[in-house]
Amino acid sequence: MSGGVQFPVRVAEIEAVSPAVKRLRLERHDGPSLPPYSAGSHTVLTLEARTLEGGTRRIRNAYSLLGTTLGGGPAYEIAVLRSPQSRGGSVFIHDQLAIGATLSMSAPVNLFPLHRTARRHVLVAGGIGITPIAAMARELAAAGQPFELHYAMRDEASGAFAAELAALYGPAMRLYVSQRQERIAVRDILAHQPVGTHLYVCGPERMIDGILGDARIAGWPDSALHAERFLAPEGGEPFAVKLARSGIATLVGEHQTLLEAIEAAGVDAPYLCRGGACGQCETPIVSADGTLLHADHFLTDDQKACGKTIMTCVSRLRGRELVLDL
Amino acid sequence: MKPSTIKSRPLYGTLAPVPQATQHIAIVEGEGALALADAFAGHEALRRTIILFSPIAHRADHDQTAVLTSLSCEALHLASNVQELLGTLVTILSTATMGTRLYVSGSEDFIGRVTSEALRQGIEMDAIQTEHRGAPTRRVQCVHCKGFIDGVSASPALCPHCGLHLLVRDHYSRRLGAFMGVSIDAESPGDLPPPEAFGA
Repeated sequence: MSGGVQFPVRVAEIEAVSPAVKRLRLERHDGPSLPPYSAGSHTVLTLEARTLEGGTRRIRNAYSLLGTTLGGGPAYEIAVLRSPQSRGGSVFIHDQLAIGATLSMSAPVNLFPLHRTARRHVLVAGGIGITPIAAMARELAAAGQPFELHYAMRDEASGAFAAELAALYGPAMRLYVSQRQERIAVRDILAHQPVGTHLYVCGPERMIDGILGDARIAGWPDSALHAERFLAPEGGEPFAVKLARSGIATLVGEHQTLLEAIEAAGVDAPYLCRGGACGQCETPIVSADGTLLHADHFLTDDQKACGKTIMTCVSRLRGRELVLDL
Repeated sequence: MKPSTIKSRPLYGTLAPVPQATQHIAIVEGEGALALADAFAGHEALRRTIILFSPIAHRADHDQTAVLTSLSCEALHLASNVQELLGTLVTILSTATMGTRLYVSGSEDFIGRVTSEALRQGIEMDAIQTEHRGAPTRRVQCVHCKGFIDGVSASPALCPHCGLHLLVRDHYSRRLGAFMGVSIDAESPGDLPPPEAFGA
């Protein structure tokens, strides 16, 4: 099926690592251990959230995997921020999910890997962006590779894992608390990095754009710059969607993504990251009665402008009806 | 020349200083000096440019040295051969930082040797610009004895290390900075097509 191999998992541990972040430990309950994964990987969880009306709604969200289990392991761990703009996933995990609950989890996919021939790694995290970055730090420390870790957070309480990371990495780790007026001195950090250094950034969109922009101004080549840009898909005005090949017509609700509506209509449409990053869900458009709202980071501006395809996971239509070649 | 269908065959461009670079290192051989002068003459980037130049021994490259001297760059290193030039490059790169851009121009085998050494020192491929000037000579690795042959101008070529006649392919190794040379007459020894010179 789409999204790759699925594993049935049970919630083994839930821990509040900060007021807004919970760490979940998920164990496979049908047999052998889970496959190995490299730092920067994510998984897609399928959640059956209860709705106010008493029904259930299927939500699939991508989460970065904590740590690194290159040798495989009995369990995966994720950290989930309770998002105020949640369309249901993070609120469900925070408020409804309990130890012992069973979920479906996809095989890991890595769209944010370490560049293994680099000589040095500069890791920068903002807020919950620490999840893949902490995994990278752990993998680099285990391999004895030189790295430095910069972690920015709003206030000390909101910085998940900050204390344990500081204890693990000592001088290789720096914290920046914006409530204390501490800012990452990006230009100073970038100015003295030796040839062969790679930069990895995960955090809010504006932070990623700012830091990568500073790196380009400092003459860094694009191949040394890496960022994880998962988008939480936003809702929008409802619109009709028709699948030309299967003849299915359905409606995309205001809190639903195009992909979710297609899945709710019973179609196993392609997807992988569900965050506009990987390109797996790129779907040809037959016609669009309205304006395409492209929100992904995969298509180029030219491709977005010509409107031949759409990323169903994050993009939508403002208008009446979208007809897809599906 | 027709573009090669082999994806690994390197393509060369035209040198142009990257304005945001904090340090420019230009490493040129023979006529490559003129490519550098074309791109950098009068450019403010010269103040942050170190030039490494190796004249080609058997030709009179005094003019080219004079052209480079007149550029008033940050530093100019002259070397009598490519090996010496590469040694200087390694020394400079050992303390270079990420804003460094590399510009390489000269014969095809020179570009290959410099690029592979630079990659070994950690420079990213997209931080290196290349421009082909001078002879279309190739650096070839014999896949049988693994020996390197510099300055190959036609295919087939004789491997001076193991004596095989080699078909020089467009398949290229960035790591080795060399094209692939494969025995051309393994099945009927001595049955050799006439040598064909490489196009520019």
